[in-house]
Amino acid sequence: MRSVAAAPPITPAAPPAHTEEHRTSTGLNNRKVLMWTFLGSDCMFFGALIASYIVYRGKWQQTPTPNELFDIPYTSVSAFALLMSSLAMVLALAAIQRGDLKRLKIWLLTTAGLGLIFIGGQIYEFTGFGAEGMNLSTGTGGTTFFVLTGFHGTHVSLGIIWLLSLYTLARRGALHQGRSLDVEIAGLYWHFVDIVWIIIFTVVYLLPV
Amino acid sequence: MATIAVPSPIAERRVLRPIAPTGVWSWITTIDHKRIGVLYGTTAFIFFLIGGLEALLMRTQLIRPNNTLLGPDQFNGLFTMHGTTMIFLVVMPLSAAFFNYVVPLQIGARDVAFPRLNAFSYWTFLSGAILLNLGFVAQTVPDNGWFSYANITERAFSPSAGQDFWVVGLQVLGVASLAAALNFLVTIVQLRAPGMSLMRMPLFTWTTFITSILIVLAFPVIAIALFELMFDRLFGTNFFNTIGGGDPILWQHLFWTFGHPEVYILILPAMGIVSEILPVFSRKPLFGYPFMVYAVAGIAFLSFTVWAHHMFTTGLGAIATSFFAASTMLIAVPTGVKIFNWISTIHGGSLKLTTPALMSIGFVSMFTIGGLSGVMHASPPIDTQHQDTYFVVAHFHYVLFGGAIFGLFGGIYYWWPKITGRLLDDGIGKLQFWLMMIGFNLTFGPMHFLGIDGMPRRIYTYPANMGWDMWNLVASIGAYTLGLAILVMIFNIAKTFINGERAGADPWDGMTLEWTIPSPPPAYNFAVIPEVHSRDPFWLQKHPELASHELTESTGEITIGAQHVGDLGIPAVHAGQDGGHEAHGDVHVHMPDPSYWPPIAGLGFFIAGLGVLIASATTYAALGLTGIGLLTVLVAIYGWSLEPVNG
Repeated sequence: MRSVAAAPPITPAAPPAHTEEHRTSTGLNNRKVLMWTFLGSDCMFFGALIASYIVYRGKWQQTPTPNELFDIPYTSVSAFALLMSSLAMVLALAAIQRGDLKRLKIWLLTTAGLGLIFIGGQIYEFTGFGAEGMNLSTGTGGTTFFVLTGFHGTHVSLGIIWLLSLYTLARRGALHQGRSLDVEIAGLYWHFVDIVWIIIFTVVYLLPV
Repeated sequence: MATIAVPSPIAERRVLRPIAPTGVWSWITTIDHKRIGVLYGTTAFIFFLIGGLEALLMRTQLIRPNNTLLGPDQFNGLFTMHGTTMIFLVVMPLSAAFFNYVVPLQIGARDVAFPRLNAFSYWTFLSGAILLNLGFVAQTVPDNGWFSYANITERAFSPSAGQDFWVVGLQVLGVASLAAALNFLVTIVQLRAPGMSLMRMPLFTWTTFITSILIVLAFPVIAIALFELMFDRLFGTNFFNTIGGGDPILWQHLFWTFGHPEVYILILPAMGIVSEILPVFSRKPLFGYPFMVYAVAGIAFLSFTVWAHHMFTTGLGAIATSFFAASTMLIAVPTGVKIFNWISTIHGGSLKLTTPALMSIGFVSMFTIGGLSGVMHASPPIDTQHQDTYFVVAHFHYVLFGGAIFGLFGGIYYWWPKITGRLLDDGIGKLQFWLMMIGFNLTFGPMHFLGIDGMPRRIYTYPANMGWDMWNLVASIGAYTLGLAILVMIFNIAKTFINGERAGADPWDGMTLEWTIPSPPPAYNFAVIPEVHSRDPFWLQKHPELASHELTESTGEITIGAQHVGDLGIPAVHAGQDGGHEAHGDVHVHMPDPSYWPPIAGLGFFIAGLGVLIASATTYAALGLTGIGLLTVLVAIYGWSLEPVNG
C-alpha cells in the first residue's frame, strides 16, 4: 500500500482547451464565492465606520451640526439615482445572459451613469457643507460624517471604474454570453454598495437626533 | 495554461507569462502554494530572529536594577516592535506558511482557489513587514506599544514619524491577511477532494477554515481603526482627539474588537497542528473529533463577545463589566474540551516521543497554564490588580510562546520532511525542546511573581530595593537559554541541508492525504485527485485492521460486522492504476502559469505606503508617491485580469 507514494509520470497532455472553471465541492463558481465572502468582510468595514458615527451621534460639540446642514430632498434624489442604478445593473445582467450584447452595453453605461450622478451629487453636497462651515476637521460630526460617506463614495467610484471596464470589454467584443459571470460578480458588488447606502442614508440623514 | 512535465513544446508555444522553473526569478513569479508557503515560513523565521533579538536586548537591560544599557526611548521602541513583530510578522505568517503548504495537500487539491491572489498576499505581506521595520532605518521607531492606545498616538503627543510606520505597515499587512484569508475560505469550501465532507476534514484544515473566518471578520475593524488614526494624524480629524470632542476609548473598543479575535487567530492554527501531531504519535485517531470541531467554532464565536475584558479598568459600568466577565469565563469551556480531548488522545495510545510529539505536549501543558491565568483575568477585581503588571506579560507569553510557538515549532519538525524530503535530527530536536522548555519557564514563570509583587510592564529600569532583583535576573538567564535553543534549531536546520536523513513519502506513518504523495511533492501535488471515504483516510488504508468500532462511530457509519471495513478504505489513492479513468476527471495536470503581476501589486502598496509615510513632511511629493503606488496596484489588477495563458 505504501507504493501509492510513487506517482507515475504524468501523461503529456494536449494543449488544453477549457477555461479555469473547474468542478468544485459545492458546484458554485470560485470567483462568486470569493465575492460573497469579500462582501461579508466589507460589512465589517462599514460596520466599524457606522459604529464610529453612532458613538458620537448627537454628542457633537460643533455648529452647525450635520443634521442642521442636511438637505434631505436633495440627497433623496441622488439616493434614488443610485437605487435605480441597481435596476439597470439587473437589466445588464439579464441582457448578457440572453446574449443581447447591444442592450448589455446600454445598461452597463446606464448603471455607471447613474452612479456618476450619485458621486457628482455627493461632491456638490460636500462642497456646500464645506462652505457652510463643516469640513473634515470640524468636531466629531464633520470627521465621522465625511469619512463614512467618503468611504462609501470611494466604493461607488471603484464600482464605476469596474463597470466602465466591463463596458470597454463589451465594446471590443471580449464580453459574450459565456462570460455573463463577469457581469454577475460586478453586479453583486454594485448591489451591495447600494444596500449599504440605504443603511447610511437612514442612520445618518433620516433618523432624527 | 502550462502542462507540467512536458519539456519540449514550450518553444513552439506562445509564451506570454514567465516560465523559468528555477532561480530567483522563478521564486518571484511563483504562484505554487508550496513555494509561497516556503517563502512565508522563511520570512517569518527571519523576523522571529529579529523579534527575538529585540527581546534579548530588553532582558539584558532588565537583568539588574538601574541598568543603563538602554534609554527609555529605546526601550519603548523595542517592546513596541517586539510585540508587533512577533504577532504580525512571526506567528501569523508562520501559520500562513502551514496554511499554504499543508491545507491544499490535506484536502486533496492541486493548489489554492486563487493562486495569483495567494502570491499577491505574500508580496503585500512582505511590503507591509518592510514598511513597519523601515522605522529602524529612519531612526524613528514606533514606540507606543503593540496596541498603540489613543490619544498618545495623536500627532500632538507622538509628533515623530514612528507612529506612522506602525499605522502604514499594519494597514498593508492587513490587506495581505485579508486576501489570504478570503483565498483559504474559498479553497476549503470549494476545492475538497471528492468524498471529503466537512466532518472528514483534518483538524488543521478546520482550524485554518475557522481562523480565516476570524480574519475576514476581525481585520476590517482594525483596518478602519488604523484608517481613522491615519486621518487624525494626517488630516486633523477628531476620531480620538479629545480637543475636538473625540473619545480615546473608541480606539480601545475598535482595537480590541479586532484584538481579541486576533488572539485566537494566533492560537487556533497551533491548536490544529497539535491536533494533527498527537494522534499520529499516539498511534490512535484524535479523540472526540466532532467536539474538537465544535470547540474551535465555539471559541471563534465567543472571541467576538469578550473584547472589553481588556478594558475593565476604563470604567465600563457594572452591567458591561459583568457581561464581559461572564463571556470570558465561558470561553474556558470549549478550551477545556480541547485540552481534555488532547489528553484523551494520548491516553491509551502507544506514544512515540519524537520532537514534534514533545513540542505538542509542551504546547498542551504550557497553554493550560496560560489559560488558567487567563481565567483569573476574567474576574474584574483580579484583573484590576493585574492590569499593566508583569503578571499579564507572563500570561500572554504562556499562551503565545508556550502555546503558539511550541505548536508551530512542532509543525516545523512534523512537516519539514514533507517540505524538504529530509528529516530534522530528532536528537538535536529533543535538545532544542528541553532548552526551550527550561528557558521558557525560567523566563516567564518568574514574571507571575514579579507581577504580583507590583512590577509594572513597559518600564525600562527599576530601583534596587523593590524585591524584584532576583526574579529579573532569573528571567534574563531564561531568555538567554531560549536564545541558545534557537541557535540549536538553526544548527539542526543547517545540518539537515548538509546530510539530513532522507524522509521518504511517509516518515511518521501519517494519517492524512499529504503523506500519500512524495516528499517533496511534485508541483501538481496529486497525479490523480484522491477520493476520500473516511476521516484519517491514509491511516485506514494502511491499517484496515484498525477500522474499529471507534472509527466507524466517528465517521457516523456504525455498521456491525466485517463488511464495513471495505467502505472505510480509500480505493482511489492508488494513483495511476486507473489514471485514465473517466471517474477521476482530468488526468492531464494543467497548472496555472506563474505571473509578474502579484509582486508588482505588492510593490505598488509599498510605494503608496512610502507616500503616506512622508505625508507629514511634504504634501506634494507624498501625493505623487501615493498616487504612483495606487496606480501601480490598479495597473497590476488590470494586467492580472486580462493576463493571457501560455500555450
